[in-house]
Amino acid sequence: MKKLGVFICHCGVNIAGTVDVKSAAGKMGEVEDVAHSADYIYMCSEPGQQIIREAIREKELEGVVVACCSPSMHENTFRKAVKSEGMNPYLCEIANIREQCSWVHQKEKEKATEKAEEIILATLEKVRENEKLEAISVSINRSVLVIGGGIAGMTAALDLAVGGYEVTLIEREQALGGHMTQLSKTFPDLHPALPDLLAKAREIEGHPGIDLHCYSEMEDVKGYVGNFELTIRKKATHVDWEKCNGCGLCIRDCPVDYVSQFERGLGVRKAIDLLYSHSVPNKPVIHRSHCRYFIDGSCRKCEEVCPEKAIRFKQKDERIGKKVGAIVVATGFDLYPGERLGEYGYGEIPDVIDGLALERMLSVDGPTKGKIIRPSDGKVPKEMVFIQCVASRDPDRYMPYCSRICCMYTAKQAKIYKEQVPDGQPYIFYMDIRSDGKGYEEFLQKTIEEKGLLYLRGRVSRVFQDDGKVRVLGVDTLTGKMVEVAADMVVLATAVVPSDGVKDLAAKLRATVDRHGFLTEAHIKLYPVESSTKGIYLAGCGQSPKDISDTVSQASATASKIQALLSTDKLLQDPLIAFVDENICSGCGICVEICPYEAREMDSRRGISVVHSALCQGCGACIAACPNFACELRNSSSIQTLRMMDTFMT
Amino acid sequence: MSWGKMEEIKLETTLNREKVGASFLEEVEKWSGEKLSLCYQCLKCTAGCPTAPNMDIRPNSIIRMIQMGKKQEVLESSAIWFCVYCQTCGTRCPNEIHIGVLMDALREMAMEEGVHAKEKNIHLFHEAFIQSVRRGGRAHEVTMLMDYVLRSRDLMKGSLIPGVKLFLKGKFPLIPSFVKGRGEIKRIFEKCKK
Repeated sequence: MKKLGVFICHCGVNIAGTVDVKSAAGKMGEVEDVAHSADYIYMCSEPGQQIIREAIREKELEGVVVACCSPSMHENTFRKAVKSEGMNPYLCEIANIREQCSWVHQKEKEKATEKAEEIILATLEKVRENEKLEAISVSINRSVLVIGGGIAGMTAALDLAVGGYEVTLIEREQALGGHMTQLSKTFPDLHPALPDLLAKAREIEGHPGIDLHCYSEMEDVKGYVGNFELTIRKKATHVDWEKCNGCGLCIRDCPVDYVSQFERGLGVRKAIDLLYSHSVPNKPVIHRSHCRYFIDGSCRKCEEVCPEKAIRFKQKDERIGKKVGAIVVATGFDLYPGERLGEYGYGEIPDVIDGLALERMLSVDGPTKGKIIRPSDGKVPKEMVFIQCVASRDPDRYMPYCSRICCMYTAKQAKIYKEQVPDGQPYIFYMDIRSDGKGYEEFLQKTIEEKGLLYLRGRVSRVFQDDGKVRVLGVDTLTGKMVEVAADMVVLATAVVPSDGVKDLAAKLRATVDRHGFLTEAHIKLYPVESSTKGIYLAGCGQSPKDISDTVSQASATASKIQALLSTDKLLQDPLIAFVDENICSGCGICVEICPYEAREMDSRRGISVVHSALCQGCGACIAACPNFACELRNSSSIQTLRMMDTFMT
Repeated sequence: MSWGKMEEIKLETTLNREKVGASFLEEVEKWSGEKLSLCYQCLKCTAGCPTAPNMDIRPNSIIRMIQMGKKQEVLESSAIWFCVYCQTCGTRCPNEIHIGVLMDALREMAMEEGVHAKEKNIHLFHEAFIQSVRRGGRAHEVTMLMDYVLRSRDLMKGSLIPGVKLFLKGKFPLIPSFVKGRGEIKRIFEKCKK
């Protein structure tokens, strides 16, 4: 018979205010194999832990139950404490009598005390059968994959490479930079976005520790934290980038123009083109769906003109394999498709554009060379309406969340507009102004003071074309009056949504997304850059909408978390995983199919199923599925569970 | 989708840059010296204003309407005449807008423009007050009220009982008291005239 100890925490009044801890401690002391039972005001404090350590030493305890808060709070604390006295940490268990008892039964003190005692008795049953376990040591690959070459992915990749880790950076588009390459000036300092971004991109391109793959996508991921095996698909660019010298003759001579998505429909691009001028890498790509060679074979202009003979019409997609220890998902955002917004006229009225389109107009290298003009007739708009919260904060029809960047970029755009068109009038329809960043509120107030922006508090009900104008109807709730503006141009601050294809990627990575498609973090406050899958980390707008400052901060946080993970070449893993009784297993293979972590495998030689200890997360799915009861979970065996149930039933 | 004709929609306010383009806002800002574009409608002013419950347009709305270029409505309002210049609003405003000063400026603008105040006798009361100050350097209630009654033919019947009570408590001295530097007061008034 093991000698056990019970330690009951008051947690101030959190537990002791409801549960009679003294009487519970007394009752536990009467249990046959309990050699020590004590209570204390804060068991997690240093004196509290000392009580446990002394009892283990003096009474030679062989198992400990700490009745306190949730194990996610202090299981580690107490396991460390017992370990310092030479006890195996897996012989220490937590009985949760706070979250699952005192907090929820504050009005029924007697019953709560009874329930707390039962919880402790059940946990004692578990400890009686607990085995001594050791953490599993797994060797790890000390390199990192970063998915997404926007400012988030770039920052994380560069931080990791500077820290001395090998980084593979993949980007879906043909050049680095993401949405930041489309921006003009950035708030709150009004610095142009591109120069700093390109400096960073060139540093990445030239860094010996970064293996850059643009125009590439993730095809397959296998493995687990420390040991991921990847297949990356390099899409055919039809240009030999090694040979291409970036002279641009092919682009100049290409006869095909088509509407550019990068320019948000305001400009055109060639069938062979760069993503943007001075892009990094500065190499063109042939877009098959628009190239005449691929449509009907009628044109080979680029091939004829290329001085380096770098055009490769026959090039095929290429697949490359990689092994990494951790993965950063920095997949970024898109704007909510404006065509789905009925009342704002986007897509029907040419002078209704979205915020990114205006950013392209304001960019010096953009389709209008920095000039704000009406897309319909090229005239300078004198009455300019900005509408915020378009598809954001609308739980019924669109997105319930706040997109977080629109208040600031709208103020910035209105400021630049007023500087460019001093006799123009900007109107901004808003619901609330959220300017929570450093220097943001000051920027906003200064802009309003200096520039004569008219903020109208209220949502717009209709936007429609009338006599060459775009009429905007809304309400100013501050005066309670309905208002109408006959605008020349309307800019919609549409909602930030996760970029296309994130759900598929998340499925490949076994990471989770929320109902809007944003990647979910392990804990919103305490583990904000870790995904719910070990070894997969998050950065940037793929996790939630955020501005550049927040994105860069988060990406650097992600990089430092990974550096901590990869700082050793061995990884210690929790041993509370599944195991197989080889004498019972019939080799039916149901567990292999049911395992969500690909941790179960058939051993064909022995005809039984085995557990891959590094992959198993201890979820218990295989145990429930096994028809022969051949699987068990370490320290949560069927016997233990049944005895615990018995305690509650009787 | 068909959008219906403009004529069918009856709107209370049509905005354009001539109206908003800051002309009225600029004018008032210049006259009062107050930065009205800074107002973010926290309503601290209205919340503490002792006369706001009697105003037709609340102080915060006055600023809002100035921003929206509603000159006529602002100058015709009784609110600008109801302000007693207690300065509670200006002391508390987070953006340092002194609404008392603003209201003064609006009253001046209304008189300049010949806009008739909604409360027809209110400016007569103001004139009687100023006259009283001009005479003695401080207001003398009895002569001031006599002046007002003569100007307005308003016998103030409703105020009779409180008036008698104030008189019995000695708050209405019959003989006016004058300040020492009446010459200086006179000079101030002369300077203001210029």
